Amino acid sequence: MILLINICKERLHYFEFVKPIEDILKKNRANYFVRHYKDIKNCDLENAEKVIICGASLKDFDFYNNWKSFDWIKSFEKPLLGICGGAQILSKMFGGELKNSFAVGLDKINFEEKCFFGLKGKVEIYQLHQLGFKKVGRNFEKLAISNFGIQVIKHKKKPFYGVLFHPEVRNKSMITEFVKNG
Amino acid sequence: MKLGVLYSGGKDSTLAALIAKEEGYEISCLISIFSSNIESFMFHTPSIKKTGIQAEVMGIPLIVQNSEGKKEEELDDLRRAIFRAKEDYGIEGIVTGAIGSCYQASRVQKICRDLNLECFNPLWQKDQTEILEDLISRKFEIIVVGVFAYPLNETFLGRKIDLSFVREMEVLEEKYKINVAGEGGEYETFVLNCSLFSRQLAVKSFEDSGNGNSWRREVIVE
Repeated sequence: MILLINICKERLHYFEFVKPIEDILKKNRANYFVRHYKDIKNCDLENAEKVIICGASLKDFDFYNNWKSFDWIKSFEKPLLGICGGAQILSKMFGGELKNSFAVGLDKINFEEKCFFGLKGKVEIYQLHQLGFKKVGRNFEKLAISNFGIQVIKHKKKPFYGVLFHPEVRNKSMITEFVKNG
Repeated sequence: MKLGVLYSGGKDSTLAALIAKEEGYEISCLISIFSSNIESFMFHTPSIKKTGIQAEVMGIPLIVQNSEGKKEEELDDLRRAIFRAKEDYGIEGIVTGAIGSCYQASRVQKICRDLNLECFNPLWQKDQTEILEDLISRKFEIIVVGVFAYPLNETFLGRKIDLSFVREMEVLEEKYKINVAGEGGEYETFVLNCSLFSRQLAVKSFEDSGNGNSWRREVIVE
């Protein structure tokens, strides 16, 4: 079962940031359940085989004021994909720092010879973020950058991955690959 | 939270408004851009001036902004309209019916950010067949008022969005890569009734114009 974590403050944003990922999982017949980040219980983390932390809107700073709610990540060992705000949370939990880095719209990133859940070479992405990575968290490496800075991070030891862009818009197959092979 | 809806009179913006209302948000105003550029990539134009009567039957005030529709300059017109909505109605966010157009969505997101407003896109990335089926199950009454892609032609004008229309669009999608819900601008619609309306609108008369695979219907409704 995949645990989808909703980090949105406004319920109307569920349709924009969580539902598109649910739809990808449904299309691939992946079992999942959704929890808001404030409602996660230990049994949810135990029942999840993998976790995806969804993104949030440009103006949503609610989760930035509730870092403690994500402390569970520090001792988590299962595959975890953080999208946009989710990637920022991942990095932050391991001492990473964020900086102002507004970006919205299409851009290209270059994975060069690396392959990241089926993405390789030059890839078109959709961005929607207010903050970016100033310093990535401990044991995280940068896998791809764009004109707007670091876009993809990966933990060197744990199966933790963070993407600043929104793969549910232009790179749905990446999410499918994470679910199958992450 | 008080919201303003970017409203074209078509199925997507109307559905987005309904979803916002269902989720407990207050729709304080509608915002329509009347673009004189009939080929605008940003704004829906067929029958756009009839949003006034739709706003009336929804009991929601309408802000209208005229635009010459010059590419990128038209965004200043949109910004002005949204600013007016913020000033006059105290909105804290904008709702759009954007489904997949990164071109449109990113531009609205930037404007909202600049004006310190939330931006909501409740149809974002939704499967287009599902959107049409959702509209039908919610008993929306919708007609086609513009077609702009091969092999659509004037025979589609006035067509109701029903299950046979959906099935036909799926065949066209398979054969010609048409977006089933017209997200690529292939066709535009006008809502005659839905649960937001106090009564059904009826088409009193209409005028068609165009040629080939580009046709528009200007409706007079009552």
